[in-house]
Amino acid sequence: MDLSPSGLSLPSPSRRGLLRGVGGAALLAGAGVPLLSACGSSGSGSDSKTVSVGSNDSDAVPKKAYAAVYAAFSKQSGLTAKVNTKDHNTFQEQINSYLQGTPDDVFKWFAGYRMRFFAAKGLASPIDDAWQKIGANFPDAMKKLSKGADGKYYFVPMTSYPWAIFYRKSVFQQHGYTVPTTWDQLVALCKQMKKDGLVPIAFGDKDAWPAMGTFDQINFRLNGYDFHVELMAGKAAWTDAKVKAVFDHWAELLPYHQDGFMGRTWQDAAQTLVSKKAGMYLLGTFVAQQFTNKADLDDLDFFAFPEINSAYGQDTVEAPTDGFMVSKSPKNKDGVTKLLEYLGTPAAEELYLKGDPSVVAASNKASTASYSPLQKKAFDMIGSAKSLTQFMDRDSRPDFTSTVMQPGLQKFLQNPKGVDSLLSSIERQKKTIFASS
Amino acid sequence: MSIDTSPKSPEAAAVPPPGHAPVKRVPQGHKRLLTRRDRITLAFMAGVPTVLHVALVWVTAIASIFLAFTSWDGIGFDSIKWVGLDNFKQLFTDNPQFWPALQHNIIWFVVLILIPTPLGLFLAVQLDKKIRFSRVYQTAFFLPVVMSLAVTGFVWQLIYNPDTGLINSLIGANKPGHYIDWIGNPHLNLWAVLIAASWRHTGYMMILYLAGLKGVDPSLREASALDGANEWQTFKNVIFPTLRPTNTVVLVVTIIEALRAFDLVFVFNKGAQGTELLSILITNNIIGESSRIGYGSAIAVVLLVISLAVIIPYLIATFRKERQA
Repeated sequence: MDLSPSGLSLPSPSRRGLLRGVGGAALLAGAGVPLLSACGSSGSGSDSKTVSVGSNDSDAVPKKAYAAVYAAFSKQSGLTAKVNTKDHNTFQEQINSYLQGTPDDVFKWFAGYRMRFFAAKGLASPIDDAWQKIGANFPDAMKKLSKGADGKYYFVPMTSYPWAIFYRKSVFQQHGYTVPTTWDQLVALCKQMKKDGLVPIAFGDKDAWPAMGTFDQINFRLNGYDFHVELMAGKAAWTDAKVKAVFDHWAELLPYHQDGFMGRTWQDAAQTLVSKKAGMYLLGTFVAQQFTNKADLDDLDFFAFPEINSAYGQDTVEAPTDGFMVSKSPKNKDGVTKLLEYLGTPAAEELYLKGDPSVVAASNKASTASYSPLQKKAFDMIGSAKSLTQFMDRDSRPDFTSTVMQPGLQKFLQNPKGVDSLLSSIERQKKTIFASS
Repeated sequence: MSIDTSPKSPEAAAVPPPGHAPVKRVPQGHKRLLTRRDRITLAFMAGVPTVLHVALVWVTAIASIFLAFTSWDGIGFDSIKWVGLDNFKQLFTDNPQFWPALQHNIIWFVVLILIPTPLGLFLAVQLDKKIRFSRVYQTAFFLPVVMSLAVTGFVWQLIYNPDTGLINSLIGANKPGHYIDWIGNPHLNLWAVLIAASWRHTGYMMILYLAGLKGVDPSLREASALDGANEWQTFKNVIFPTLRPTNTVVLVVTIIEALRAFDLVFVFNKGAQGTELLSILITNNIIGESSRIGYGSAIAVVLLVISLAVIIPYLIATFRKERQA
């Protein structure tokens, strides 16, 4: 019984987790507000030689890779980056109270709506000074992703990765499968795989976000990037026939998804691809982290989600970008600028990628020489995309995606026939949420 | 957690000191009034708990009730917007998770009172017979209560895991087409998690009843034995009626357990479809990145009202009894 892969994602009873538990329980008695601000802590290193960094890189691979980057920064600048790592999901869920409390000087975050949101709320500092030095290192698409609504820079992109359908080359070879480029081919391939005794599409939705990835792919393939953006921004209606069509397509594919997905983590689902029991898996390139054996990793390949509507082809790539932001009043402003200037160099990105080859550099100046074939493919995929999306929960309001879409999509997965009432329920809830502040 | 302790314990802490201090001083001081130091000590002993109680219980509860009528993203106090009853309207009409959550809280209570409570009573009665290794059994049954619920959830999650879990591995239900999704299937997961909750609650009930049984006057047993009652008759007609105070405590504790059910489910599957609970809805709306504090507070107020509806009659009954005594 191999528990280690799932062990990574299981919510461990960390200090913060416990605090949250206590907070949740205290809320029952009506205690609300003061606890929230009590959750943010740390950021004690206030001398001029240290810069504190709040990090969500709790998984082993990125944690180690970033440690190397910070070590190199210390060597180069004489400053110490004091890293405060928290569980990935916990960090994300507590970001509001964390940023309002005493946050670290620099914190790890995501590009897109979620970055602009905190910039607009005044919880992040503009970093135009650092960008004067690093600006030349990034392509225009990344620059656009790094700016807040006010046109100032708030974000230093570090890495990016595409979502795609992953498969094992050897499995495709063995059964004589070819990479599907259209929806019909994909469905036909799923049927064939099922006949051959494979699980056509590995799937685990215990954490509730993987389903969003599937929705995104079908939506922008079917309805195009512009509609996807409108839908995420709360402008287009969820009751639109176009959205209904997305769910119809999804329902067609659902019988080929792995059983029991509601109780399975993505790590466990990835293991079925590792063990060649599953034929395909729609996920981000971070799925490679589960391929710990070199031979298995070399066997891993991916293709873009097939075309559904010829008007849009495969022009959109979902490429969530991670990077760094600066909290509202950093204790060591000069140190922060130095750190950001270092993190924005191709050298820093190359160093990071050495430790974590499942992502690609956000900078187009970073050398691609050391890229694995998988990384090269990912880099080309992102580079050649006409439009980039981040991910449903990064492109839309987090309160909407976490309280409405996550349970909503899970509901659809359990009962694909109830789409109509589900969509009108989503639309009603969306209206009230987007109407509030 | 906080429902049962916080409203009572600060008061409990506040009351004894004023009583104790003078009692000790009076014999020494020959009816002298309290010294200055005494008064300062007293003021601190009564004042600090009062301040804490007011700040942590009353202010926050009232703030929460106030926030339930507003819309607030938790960032800066100037973004609080008064919305009247909108949150409640939305909650009762638009939220697809609210009614299931309420229902699950009720199911939670019913199951706890029907299965682990009688089971706990049964175990307590058996252990009360001074059988061999009684202490060992007590410890074994009580151990789940000592463990954090988060740990309990974690362990049971490993048992229920669809691919690598103990149950599915044993019965061969982890192959495609045969999956039993204990954690995800909305028809199964509540019951799966209730088994874990019952496993823990049994031990809790056992200890409560064991304490109650220790307080039963042995002469009662003797008398009923003399009257020729068999074991079951003794228990039904003599022992159980004397356990009345314990039963009240058990009922209240179980209601509180059902209302505050949170940690186990949160660790188990974060309250996905089938296991929604009010406490989890509150947390998802307030604590998470979503920060719909007004809306979440509205759910918290609903929970508060339910808790009060249960606790107030209990307190009234208790106080009435005390006054009579």
